[in-house]
Amino acid sequence: MYSTSYHKAASVAEAESLLAGASDGKYLAGGQTLIPTMKQRLAAPTDLVDLTKIPGLAGVEVSGNTVKIGAATRHYDVASSASVKSAIPALAALASGIGDPAVRYQGTIGGSLANNDPSADYPAAVLALGATIHTNKRAISADDYFQGMFTTALEDSEIITAVSFPVPAKAAYVKFPNPASRYALAGVFVAKLADGSVRVAVTGVGESGVFRASAIEAALAANWSADSAGSIAISPEGVLSDIHGSADYRANLVSVLAKRAVAAAG
Amino acid sequence: MTTVSMTVNGKTVSADVEDRTLLVSFLRETLGLTGTHVGCDTSQCGACVVHIDGRAVKSCTTLAVQAAGTAVTTIEGLSSGGELHPVQAAFRDNHGLQCGFCTPGMIMTSVDIINRHGAHLDEATVRHELEGNICRCTGYHNIVKSVLDAAGRMTTSAAAE
Ligand SMILES: Cc1cc2nc3c(=O)[nH]c(=O)nc-3n(C[C@H](O)[C@H](O)[C@H](O)COP(=O)(O)OP(=O)(O)OC[C@H]3O[C@@H](n4cnc5c(N)ncnc54)[C@H](O)[C@@H]3O)c2cc1C
Ligand code: FES
Ligand code: FES
Repeated sequence: MYSTSYHKAASVAEAESLLAGASDGKYLAGGQTLIPTMKQRLAAPTDLVDLTKIPGLAGVEVSGNTVKIGAATRHYDVASSASVKSAIPALAALASGIGDPAVRYQGTIGGSLANNDPSADYPAAVLALGATIHTNKRAISADDYFQGMFTTALEDSEIITAVSFPVPAKAAYVKFPNPASRYALAGVFVAKLADGSVRVAVTGVGESGVFRASAIEAALAANWSADSAGSIAISPEGVLSDIHGSADYRANLVSVLAKRAVAAAG
Repeated sequence: MTTVSMTVNGKTVSADVEDRTLLVSFLRETLGLTGTHVGCDTSQCGACVVHIDGRAVKSCTTLAVQAAGTAVTTIEGLSSGGELHPVQAAFRDNHGLQCGFCTPGMIMTSVDIINRHGAHLDEATVRHELEGNICRCTGYHNIVKSVLDAAGRMTTSAAAE
């Protein structure tokens, strides 16, 4: 790892000014993506601004039909939160399947969404539930937030502060994990929202990162059943292909996982 | 350079380190606590797991400065008064190690698993929760047996207290 200077921010405003004062700084949250990347010398920020000690940036708040999760909330704390488990069990279950226990103790929802890895789990939940990303500057809808592999609507110094999830009528996430890394080889999040609309998001599969499977959404809107989800074939065009799985294989997994997810959602 | 202070195995320690220093290097090289191992150095294998404020984390993926002000426990801090910790004893009794390289991380992860699940621990849970710890020797079977045995001993002794 190249040399770097570490700063602990005490507030969101201080974090922003610390970053502005750095020549090539980066925010640091759980470090479960950034530190391995720095160790490989694929990233070499001159400064790290730690967001995790900012009071109030971590925690879960449920009000009415919304679950709001602070950006610095660790995956473990989402997975074990009684309020997330009762309001959106699919979201708690998703968090409990990220990486391994040590990664879940450190990694944060804000870090995962800022990074937008094409095989990460949280993007699927955010997009399928139509969540809102709150930053120090604005609120961004899920449909506007994800802009391709490792690319988001965030500006350089923008800080995610929280994510608001509307409580759905039904939802489930099923992933086919890469047996070594636990990242999604394919993962499908299906949701029937409180207003009856259906949203289906797919991770691990698209060359441009997480996407909505509109054909599956239409089939489920007409007939919410596992067979209806599984009857839709996904085209392998634009689908990731690597040593872990070909485009055809991943495309087929989407139909299989969508079917399982609807069965799990009930 | 930053002066980093934390509690390690109950003792307060303080040292000037470069900000890029990994917690595992701080423990092994600055403090001489070489029980914590580096297996992969790429966040995959769990040989470097230590507890920070009671949570099992990978010390190769944590900066020493991030752990400033916390309480860190390493494999050296588990036993007390010359008695092995019940998880250490269970690994020995159940042949839960061969070369022993993965063992410090396996044991630190296992203690955390047992602390969270207690008597409700079953084999499937142990296998799921050990996903972040890789062993090249044992085939995991005796490791899982050791964790379940230790969970039994720990919950029995907790109930007796
Ligand atoms: C062995 C291993 C297995 C893993 N398996 C999975 C898996 O199965 N599924 C999965 O989804 N992920 C997995 N991950 C990734 C893990 O979930 C990471 O924790 C996550 O992607 C990044 O979160 P972090 O808090 O660690 O962020 P960091 O690594 O600290 O930061 C990541 C990036 O986000 C930026 N950032 C962080 N917080 C904010 C914020 N609040 N506002 C703006 N920018 C911010 C940082 O500047 C950096 O660029 C795995 C990681 C490891 C090491
Ligand atoms: S050495 Fe830290 S995970 Fe392998
Ligand atoms: S005992 Fe040798 S690696 Fe596990």
